Amino acid sequence: MTDITVTPEAASGDHADDGHAHPTDALFVRTAVILAIITAFEVGWSYLPWWDGAHGLRSFIEISGLLIMMMAKFIIVANVFMHLKFDKPLLSWAFYFGFVLAVIVYMAVLTTFEIWSSGPPGFAP
Amino acid sequence: MSDATYVVSDGHTVDHMDEHPPTSTGISNEKLGMWVFLASECLLFGGLISTFVLYRNKVLPSAPGETAEHLHDAFDIAFTSTSSFVLLMSSLSMVLAVSAAQRGDMRILRSWLAVTALLGTVFIAGQFYEFYEFSAIEGFGFTHSPAWSAFYTLTGFHGAHVTIGIVILLVTLGLTFRGRVGQHNAEAVEIVGLYWHFVDVVWIVVFTIVYLIK
Repeated sequence: MTDITVTPEAASGDHADDGHAHPTDALFVRTAVILAIITAFEVGWSYLPWWDGAHGLRSFIEISGLLIMMMAKFIIVANVFMHLKFDKPLLSWAFYFGFVLAVIVYMAVLTTFEIWSSGPPGFAP
Repeated sequence: MSDATYVVSDGHTVDHMDEHPPTSTGISNEKLGMWVFLASECLLFGGLISTFVLYRNKVLPSAPGETAEHLHDAFDIAFTSTSSFVLLMSSLSMVLAVSAAQRGDMRILRSWLAVTALLGTVFIAGQFYEFYEFSAIEGFGFTHSPAWSAFYTLTGFHGAHVTIGIVILLVTLGLTFRGRVGQHNAEAVEIVGLYWHFVDVVWIVVFTIVYLIK
């Protein structure tokens, strides 16, 4: 028989508090309401007549607004529903590293294909 | 695992280390493995989303002599917004299922798992309907043009992930009736939840980039 001394937290293998309180069901419901409101804003934003035929700065504002709302929803779901906010920081590092790596890699790919160019599509397929 | 008995720092021994082996990180291997898997899935969906962005304007007329329609002309944003809302709410029911598992409330756990699977099925039904509308009625099939191929590949891959999630949810639900999932291994429900929330966050990105950005 082997005796190994470990902490109770390590023995449970989970539920690391790290000074954070455990989330409650009420928090989850409030989070879902916030997500629904952001989604409604997102859809409403895309329907604004100001964007009809938008180019240049107007198009940039339209797309930036949508991407900001998208990222807000992404982070809220990851942090609250997926418990990243309440869990060990290592998990946040593991997930966001993969996410940021994917964004960098595919931004480089899209740049290679001259996707940002407003002129003829260069190497774009 | 060996028949080792572990002595935790408060002096008690732990008999069930088969289920929760100690790790140097304090995180179980299963949970860390799921997170690393999800991080790798970011790269998969990143590739599919990038392909869609590259091909989104490569459209062709639906019939000879007609002008080429952009994908957005075929989309029904109100319908897809409703589907998105359904998937978003399934994330709420999933997290409530995890919470019930941690409390050991089996009746509530089963209810929320069933609700999550049902909402996922509604989302998939909506996607089937949308695919049918585009391909059979409007004439924009998978091979119609590069833009539509990229659209079906991206949303189809996501739909496949949701379908796998529904199967996992139903299996988990079945295991609760056999006593193999419950408070004693609530982390199993949490890991299923991580996968389910991931398909939700992927849809958050897909919905904005494919449907809302023109």
